Amino acid sequence: MTLAAATELATATNEHLANMSNTLIYSAMTVYTLAFLAYIAEWIFGSRSKVARTANALTDGGKQQAGPAVTVKKAGGTAVLERPKVVVRAAAGARDVPDGPGAHGGDVQGDMYGRIAVSLTVLAFVVQLAGVIARAASVGRAPWGNMYEFSITFTTVAVGLYLALLALKKNVRWLGLFLTTTVLLLLGLAVTVLYTASDQLVPALHSYWLYIHVSTAIFCGAVFYVGAVATILYLFKDSYENKLEAGIKPGSFATSVLERLPASASLDKFAYRVNAAVFPLWTFTIIAGAIWAGDAWGRYWNWDPKETWSFITWVAYACYLHARATAGWKGRKAAYLAMIAFACWLFNFYGVNIFVTGKHSYAGV
Amino acid sequence: MSKTETDKDQEELGAAGSQLSTAPREEPLTGVPAFGVIGWIRWFWRQLTSMRVALLLLLMLSLAAIPGSLIPQSGADINKVADFQQAHKTLAPVYDKLGLFHVYSSVWFSAIYILLFISLIGCIVPRAWQFIGQLRGRPPGAPKRLTRLPAYTTWRTTAEPEEVRAAALKLLKRRRFRAHAEGDAVTAEKGYLRELGNLVFHIALIVLLVSFAWGQMYKSDGTKLMVEGDGFSNALPMYDDMKSGSLFRSDDLVPFSFDLKKFTGTYESSGPNRGTPRTFQATIDYSVGAYGKRKTTTVKVNEPLHIGDSKVYLVSHGYAPVVTVRDGKGKVVYRDAVPLLPLDGNVTSNGVVKVMDGYKDPRGKSEQLGFQAFFVPTFDPKSGTMMSQFPALLNPLLAVNAYHGDLGVDAGIPQSVYQLDTSHMKAFKDGKGQLLKKLLKPGDTMSLPNGAGSITFEKDVKQWAGFEIVQEPGSIWALTGALAAIFGLAASLFIQRRRVWVRAVRGADGVTVVEMAGLGRSESAKLPEELGDLAGILYDQAPGAPDPDDAPATSPDPHVVPAEGAEK
Ligand code: HEM
Repeated sequence: MTLAAATELATATNEHLANMSNTLIYSAMTVYTLAFLAYIAEWIFGSRSKVARTANALTDGGKQQAGPAVTVKKAGGTAVLERPKVVVRAAAGARDVPDGPGAHGGDVQGDMYGRIAVSLTVLAFVVQLAGVIARAASVGRAPWGNMYEFSITFTTVAVGLYLALLALKKNVRWLGLFLTTTVLLLLGLAVTVLYTASDQLVPALHSYWLYIHVSTAIFCGAVFYVGAVATILYLFKDSYENKLEAGIKPGSFATSVLERLPASASLDKFAYRVNAAVFPLWTFTIIAGAIWAGDAWGRYWNWDPKETWSFITWVAYACYLHARATAGWKGRKAAYLAMIAFACWLFNFYGVNIFVTGKHSYAGV
Repeated sequence: MSKTETDKDQEELGAAGSQLSTAPREEPLTGVPAFGVIGWIRWFWRQLTSMRVALLLLLMLSLAAIPGSLIPQSGADINKVADFQQAHKTLAPVYDKLGLFHVYSSVWFSAIYILLFISLIGCIVPRAWQFIGQLRGRPPGAPKRLTRLPAYTTWRTTAEPEEVRAAALKLLKRRRFRAHAEGDAVTAEKGYLRELGNLVFHIALIVLLVSFAWGQMYKSDGTKLMVEGDGFSNALPMYDDMKSGSLFRSDDLVPFSFDLKKFTGTYESSGPNRGTPRTFQATIDYSVGAYGKRKTTTVKVNEPLHIGDSKVYLVSHGYAPVVTVRDGKGKVVYRDAVPLLPLDGNVTSNGVVKVMDGYKDPRGKSEQLGFQAFFVPTFDPKSGTMMSQFPALLNPLLAVNAYHGDLGVDAGIPQSVYQLDTSHMKAFKDGKGQLLKKLLKPGDTMSLPNGAGSITFEKDVKQWAGFEIVQEPGSIWALTGALAAIFGLAASLFIQRRRVWVRAVRGADGVTVVEMAGLGRSESAKLPEELGDLAGILYDQAPGAPDPDDAPATSPDPHVVPAEGAEK
C-alpha cells in the first residue's frame, strides 16, 4: 500500500467514525425521548395517589400519627441479641416532614413506567457513550475540543452521574424527568446550533493538563447541574411547606407534584452535599487550568474571560458555602446564592464562548 | 447551632454543642458604639471580621470581576481597548475614569480584595487561638437529657455502670476519639482535622495572594524573535520587548544565554486535522551563568525551559526567507533572513525588507529601499487564492513590491520592523505604470526598472521562533499555597466534627441504664450510623437486660423517627 492510499484510508475511517458517532448521538436522543415519555407516564400515573403526607406531618393530627414509630431497644428475654436502635430527631427549629414516595406516588403502574424510564435511560446512556467514544476516535483526541463535543460529553457525564447515584441506592429517581428534559434540550442545541464537523486543536491544547483540566471541569459541571436541580426543587418544596404551615392550601397541581418529592430539608441537604463535595474538585480544576496556562502562555493567570468566569463561579460557590455557615443566610437565601453560582457556571460555558472572545476561543461556533 | 429558646434544656444543649467549630458568632448589626474613636475602631473591626461581612465582600469580589470579562482590558489586548475607544466616544472616557479598562488593577477592585484579606486575617488569628484552646481544653460534659440530642440510643444492661463506662472509654479511644470520663458519663470528640483543614485553607489563600503579589512586583516578561542561528543572552538590551514589575531591577535577570539551532514543525498531512502541528519545537543550545557548560535541549509549546526562576517559552513561529538585494552595478547591498509575521494557521505571512544604507541609485545618489513581502509556504494554484494551503514548506512563494526613498528610520521615531512607512517613498512601477510586483519562487530574481538593481529570493528559507522569557519569583509558593488550599478545603468539607456521650447509671430498679447520644455541627446521616455502630459494639460488651414487665417501651420524646440506617 502506498503512503497516499494509507492516508486516504485513514481519512475514510475517520469520516466513517464521525458519521457513526452522529448516528449514535441521534439514536441516543431517540431513546432519551422514549425515556422522557416514560418518566412523564410515571408522573401521570403517580398523580392518582392522594396521600398528603406533608400536610399531615405539618398539622397537629399528623404529628400524633407520625410519632411513636420509635422502639427503644427491648431485649425480649436473654436469648435475643437485638442491637439497640438509634433514634434521630431533627435539629431544633427544623421541620419534621417525611420524604415523598417519588414520582410514581406509590402507584404500581407508575412505578413500572418509572422502572422502564430508568432502563431506557441506561440504554440511551450506553448508546450516547458509544457515540462520544466514536467521536473521540474519529478526531484522535479527547472529545472536548469544541462546544459540540463539550455538550455531548457533558450530558453523558451528567446522565452517568445520575445512574451512578441510582446504583448507589440513593433516592434520586425524581431527578429523571428533569435530567432527560435538559439532556434533550442540550443535545438538540448541540446537533443543530453548535455542530462542528471536526476541527484542529491548536498546539496550546496539546497537554496532559488539558485532559485533567477539562475532564474535571466537565465532571464538576455535571455535579453542579444536579445540585442546581435539587436547589430549584428545594425552593419550590420549601415554599409549599411554608404555605401548608401557614394554613394556606396550595394548588392541586403543585400539591400533586411536590407531595411526591423528598422533603425540603432532604432536598436542601442533598443539594448542599453535592455542591460541597465537588467544590474542592472545582478548586483543583481552576488550579490545573492555571498551571496549564502557565506552561502554554507563560502566565498563570491572564484574567482571560474564561478564567475570570471560572473565578467568579468559584467565588459564588464559596459565598454559598459561607452562607450555609452564617446564621441568617441558611435555607432560601443560601439556595439563591447556589442558583446564582450555577448561572455563573452556565454563562462560563455558553455565554463566554458565544459573546466574549478570549484566548479560550476554540469554541468552534 | 440552634434557635435560641429560653428553655433550660435548650441552653444546656447549646453548651454541649459549644466550641464545636471556630466560626465567629454572629452579632446583630445594631450594636452601634457610643464610645469614642476607639469604640468605633473596635466596632468597625468586629464588623469587618464577621462572617456576614466576609460573605458580602466575597459577593462584591465576584460582582467586581464581571466588567473585566466584558470590557476589553489593556493588560490583555491594548489594540482592542483602542478599538473600543474609537467606537465609543462618549462611553470610553467614563470607563477610563472608572478604571474599567484595567479592572483587576483598579482602585476599587484592589480595595475589595484588600478588605477581604484583612477580614480574612482578622478572622483567622482569633480562630486559630480558639482552636488551640479547644485542643488544650476538654469537650463539654454530657448534657442532662441526652434524649434531646439529634442521635440517641439506650438500653438496659446487666453490666455494672463502671464497666460500661470503662468499655466505652476504651472503645472510643480505639476509634481515635478524644475521650475522657467525667462523672457518670464519657465524653468524646472527633474530627478536629475539619477545623484544621479550614484554617489551613484560609491561610493558604493568604499565602497564595502574597506570593502572587510578590511575583507581580518582581516579575519580568519579555519577548525575543530569533531566526535559526541567532543567539540571545539574558540582558535587558537583548529583548524585543519587555514588561516588568515595579520592584524589578535589570540585574535580577537570571544570567543565561542560548542559541536557536533549529526549529522543527511537522504537520498532519491529511484527515480532518490536516495542518495540525504534530511536532512543534525549537532545538537550542544554552548555558547558565557566564562560564556555564553548553547543553542542547528542545523547547516545546507546553514545555518551557526552566532556568532558575526564569522560564523560556516557545510562543510563535514563522518563516524567514533569505533575500539578497543588489544595486544597479550588481553589488550586494543586503543579504539576510527576513522574519515575516504569520497571518493565519497555514503561515501565510507578510513583512518588509528595509535596505537602510549602502544602496546607491543608478545616478549614484544614496537612497533607501523598502520591499513589502508576502510569503506562503505552500502555494497551490488550484486553490484559486494566494493564501497558503499548508503550514509546511511544500511550495514556497514570495510576492514582493518595491519602494525607494526615505524609510524614515533616521527620524528617531521608533518604527515597527514589520511595517513600511511609505509616506516619503516612491513605488517602483512596471512598464505599464502599475505597481511593480512579482511572484518569486526560490532562486528567482525580480529586477528593478531602469537598472535600479534587483532582489533575489534565495533557495534558503530559514525559520524563526518567538520566545517569551518570563521570570516570576514566588510561583513555587503560589503552587504550594494552592495545593494546601485544596487539601485544607477537602478536609474542611469532608470531615465531620462530632461529639459522642455515653452515660451509664444504675436505674431505680438496680439495673444499669446505658444512654448514648451524638451531636454533629450539621445534621448528617453518618452521625446516627456511627452512633449505631458504636452502640452495637458496646452492646456486645454490655448485653441487654430484660425489661421490667410493667415498663412499656415508649419513646421519651414523641417527635422522633427511626434512623434511616438503623432501621435496616
Ligand atoms: C478569600 C475569601 C474567602 C474564601 C474564598 C473563603 C472560602 C471558604 C469556603 C469555601 C469555606 C467552606 C468550607 C466549610 O464549609 O467548612 C469557608 C468556610 C469558612 N470561612 Fe471562609 N473564605 C474566605 C474568607 C473568609 C473570611 C474573611 C472569614 C472570616 C470572617 C471566613 C470564615 C470562614 C469560616 C468561619 C468558615 C467555616 C464555616 C464552618 O465552620 O462551616 N472566611 N470559607
